[in-house]
Amino acid sequence: MAASGLRRSIDVSGYDLRLAMPLAGFFAAFFLAPLAVLVVLSFQTDTTGAHWGVTQYVQFLGDAFSLGVLASTLWLGVKVTAVCLVFGWPVAWLHARSGPTVKSLIMLIVLLPLLTSVVVRTFAWIVILGRQGIVNATLMSLGLVEAPLKLLYTDLGVVTALAQVQMPLMVLPLATALSRIDPNLVAASEVLGAGEWRTFAKVILPLSLPGIVAGSMLTYAASITAFITQSLIGGGQMLFMPMYLYQQASTLQNWPFAAAISIIFLIAVLAVVTVFNTLGRLSRGFAQG
Amino acid sequence: MAARRPTLDVLTFHGVMIGLSIIALIVLVAPSAVVLIVSFTSGFSLKFPPPGWSTRWYVELWNAWQLQFAAKNSFVVAAWSTGLSIVLGVAAALPIARSKTLSARILDSVFMSPLVLPALAFGLAGLMFFSAIGLPVSKVTLVIGHTVVCVPFVVRNTIASLAQLDPVLLECSASLGASRITTFRRITLPLIKPGILSGGFVAFMSSFDNVPVSLFLRDAATDMLPIRMWQDLEGRLDVTIAALSGVLIVATVAVMILMERVTGLSRRLA
Repeated sequence: MAASGLRRSIDVSGYDLRLAMPLAGFFAAFFLAPLAVLVVLSFQTDTTGAHWGVTQYVQFLGDAFSLGVLASTLWLGVKVTAVCLVFGWPVAWLHARSGPTVKSLIMLIVLLPLLTSVVVRTFAWIVILGRQGIVNATLMSLGLVEAPLKLLYTDLGVVTALAQVQMPLMVLPLATALSRIDPNLVAASEVLGAGEWRTFAKVILPLSLPGIVAGSMLTYAASITAFITQSLIGGGQMLFMPMYLYQQASTLQNWPFAAAISIIFLIAVLAVVTVFNTLGRLSRGFAQG
Repeated sequence: MAARRPTLDVLTFHGVMIGLSIIALIVLVAPSAVVLIVSFTSGFSLKFPPPGWSTRWYVELWNAWQLQFAAKNSFVVAAWSTGLSIVLGVAAALPIARSKTLSARILDSVFMSPLVLPALAFGLAGLMFFSAIGLPVSKVTLVIGHTVVCVPFVVRNTIASLAQLDPVLLECSASLGASRITTFRRITLPLIKPGILSGGFVAFMSSFDNVPVSLFLRDAATDMLPIRMWQDLEGRLDVTIAALSGVLIVATVAVMILMERVTGLSRRLA
């Protein structure tokens, strides 16, 4: 009886992998095939498609302007991720130690930006950072500045707006990681005489590493590809990879070069994701071991 | 605990943590609040605080047929993409959730990959692909492209709720003589429905809000709401956009609260 019960339990709770085939077929046709076409097109030497070669890649990698765009995009991601981590970690910490009501309130505040339209959120930052915006109005009424500060179209503006837009992606994994920490470990650390800062540095922070890694990966990937916020807050002077790609593809109709930009950008993102995944495995081993 | 006097250590740690998190929470809410306030201005600019109050920009919205047309397109595309994502995504999640086999793991990572890959690169790839096979861009290509980037949300949430499903319930149902279809319909589906709903909700919102894929896969006649808004903002700062943003924020909050009641959205996404 036990054997038949066991067999049945496998039987009823598992589903045939063939149920995944429609989605697998859909992805093969409309996700993997387009990516393959993108790779093929990036090896065309000109827009007519008569010759093949690595010209487009040579052009990108030999051009200081293009490399500068790539570097500033990757560096932008680092800055935004750092800001999100510094402010997101305390939010997750507060969430973990609050009662149920405050907990769901914090969660709704965190989720609200995630679910509101990115254009709306970016628009809000234009209102806040503009010449007649709140920041300038406050500074001028306090007499701290004479003329309105230029906040839009600056590096500081882009990082601030992107950090707010992407913050939920950092807080959600951190909240999960912090809620998994055994409170006894914190209590033990305090009983043994460690103060709050020492417990934070030696116990809570290391144990939250899996959340830090997961959150940083999502935030980084999202902020370097966040093309609406980058273009509206950054304006015309600051060019990042997504807008560069779009200009080449749409305005200049240079598809092979746009394809090469896409591939280089994809590889950069995949490299970052791989690094974070490796760190994630190491940190999980660390947090559990 | 109560008898112990708070030391400098406790005070500084809690002060820093609570201070930073309050700043973060205010900054998270502020933009939505600011847009709501500015949308009721009586003036023609986005000056803050507004010189006076009126609902004129909401009335203006009533006549903004371009925005309404774009909103209708976005809604239709998001509805189709969400429907397609739910059908394909739930079917795929059922076997993947409990399977440890290599092929299931590979499928899982492929289905999740649109979440981290730059959507703009995928949009361009889609345009090149459809032009290579001779399919002109239309609402159909939009729905296909949106489904690729939205289906991960449905798959992830459905897998998460299947993982919490107690297999004993399924065994009980089977041992009481229910067929697999009946068990699925009467036991599995009702229990994973909140997961499917919250995944579908996030999929709908991200499709409705999508710019990068729509930029490449729409035809000239199909104006999409976020693109229309983006282009309006590039040109001039229009207060009508503030009123429209106000409507979108209120609608999002309303649906969010509803989903929180029905599915416990905040627990699911955390």
